[in-house]
Amino acid sequence: MAGAQTQLIEGLNALSAGLILLTAFGMVATRQVQGVMRFFVVQSAFLAASAFLIGFDRGSIHLLALGVITIAAKVIAIPWVLKRTLPGDLYERREINQVINIPSSLLLALLLAIAAEFLVSPLLATTPDPVIHVNLPIGLAGILIGAYSLIARREAIPQLIGILAMENGAFFAGIAIAPDLPLIAELAIAIDVVLIAVVIGVLTRNITQTMGTTEAAAMSELREEPPPWR
Amino acid sequence: MAHTVVYNVIQLLFVIGFAPLYAGVLSRFKENVQSKRGPSILQPYRDLWKLFHKDEVISSETTWIFRFTPYLVFVIPLFVASLIPVLTDYPLAFAFMGDMLAGGFFLALAGFFAALAAVDTGNPYGPMGASRTRMVGFLAEPVFMIVFFTVSFVAQSTIPYIVQKKWVASPAAFFSPAHILLLIAFFMLILAEGGRIPVDNPTGHFELAMIDESKGLEYSGRGAALMKWGGQMKFLVLTCIFLNVLVAPWGLADDLQPGHVLLAIPLILVKILLFTVVLVIIESSLAKLRLFRISEFLGAAFIISVAAMIASIFSTSAV
Repeated sequence: MAGAQTQLIEGLNALSAGLILLTAFGMVATRQVQGVMRFFVVQSAFLAASAFLIGFDRGSIHLLALGVITIAAKVIAIPWVLKRTLPGDLYERREINQVINIPSSLLLALLLAIAAEFLVSPLLATTPDPVIHVNLPIGLAGILIGAYSLIARREAIPQLIGILAMENGAFFAGIAIAPDLPLIAELAIAIDVVLIAVVIGVLTRNITQTMGTTEAAAMSELREEPPPWR
Repeated sequence: MAHTVVYNVIQLLFVIGFAPLYAGVLSRFKENVQSKRGPSILQPYRDLWKLFHKDEVISSETTWIFRFTPYLVFVIPLFVASLIPVLTDYPLAFAFMGDMLAGGFFLALAGFFAALAAVDTGNPYGPMGASRTRMVGFLAEPVFMIVFFTVSFVAQSTIPYIVQKKWVASPAAFFSPAHILLLIAFFMLILAEGGRIPVDNPTGHFELAMIDESKGLEYSGRGAALMKWGGQMKFLVLTCIFLNVLVAPWGLADDLQPGHVLLAIPLILVKILLFTVVLVIIESSLAKLRLFRISEFLGAAFIISVAAMIASIFSTSAV
């Protein structure tokens, strides 16, 4: 009976892994800032679900607490903080001119996911644990896709969410490899992530106020005189 | 043997009989969600009845293709319906004819002839719709192939009955990332192939914006009725593949008792009703995509299906 329960939990964990990969693709495919944010919140929720499932299965208090921290920090605190610090029109903004258009971006994201699977396959040969077999490749894919959207996005907020998505990927791989990491470390990371969001949010607000844009490409030159678009 | 032949006939009658009801329920639900009253769910039957009693006008410029196509479009979904599990989870008398790839070929054949017939008339909207359908078709094709290959790779078979048993076998198989991603990719494919929002609007009557509908514009009377009925049956068959093979492979008759086979009819209707609710929510909350955004939609479906494939390769090589 215990075997069947473990199997079901592993199945549900695999399900949330699949959906985490899907939301990572969604973040690459979405134009609207708000849409990217929503995908991030959904991804964090699945991450917390995965932590709860593995924690429940292995009887690890650390992981259960970690799930609670994830929900508090990423599902509630970060969207709230960004909503408070950023001017509202940034949220409705659409990113029309991407560096690479969306179908090509998706193909690149797919290549990254395949690369992640290949990179971890020698590591997976060392362990029979099915949870690691699911979490490690998809966590690495999450890191790579987050890094990619950090590079390819032009607006500040999707770039920020790219960083946060990388953290999500690392976290997802981490809960499988090192389920007994001290809670204090995880707590520090969670607070750190919220602080990053606050700092980047405030910075972005100041940049928008002085420059009128958050496009990274528009800020490549140093100017002394006020820019012409003011 | 005699049993399975009878059940096969029941299965075909089910597809013929309930396809208009499915279309009716779908449009009624959609209107209700948009706070309108909507037509009766029996309206498609009345439309078909009316069309069958009208005279048929065929342009003298057309060839045999134009007259032959409605019959083909009507018959092909029935061929496919006898290959897939609609009511029973064991193969019926005519299921030996082909596997899932054969089903795909059959549907492609009907689509090919419908496009030819649209070009045949010389009406400017027909070829436009045909070319757009082909555009959607060639973008959807790679996704179809990857989905089929992944499914047959996971189940080690291309027979839909064996595939379906594979998902029921264990919750681990049902919840595997490969399966979930496949479901989403196949669902997007159904939206594209069935001419539904966000790719196409099945109820739109604005010629410049139509994709799927414009192919039948030149038909009247019996031809129009057969085209319409065939389209409804195709959508029902696609839904049955989706629901019975991939999403919810439960509730099918598993033995030869006639009672169980008849009991499977209301069960599949309930499943289709739930699917209708999901479909209506999606169609009412999304806008139709611009024509050149369709490639993005199907591109996303392709990415998801390839992701399903790599997930299945790596998870099976691990075990």
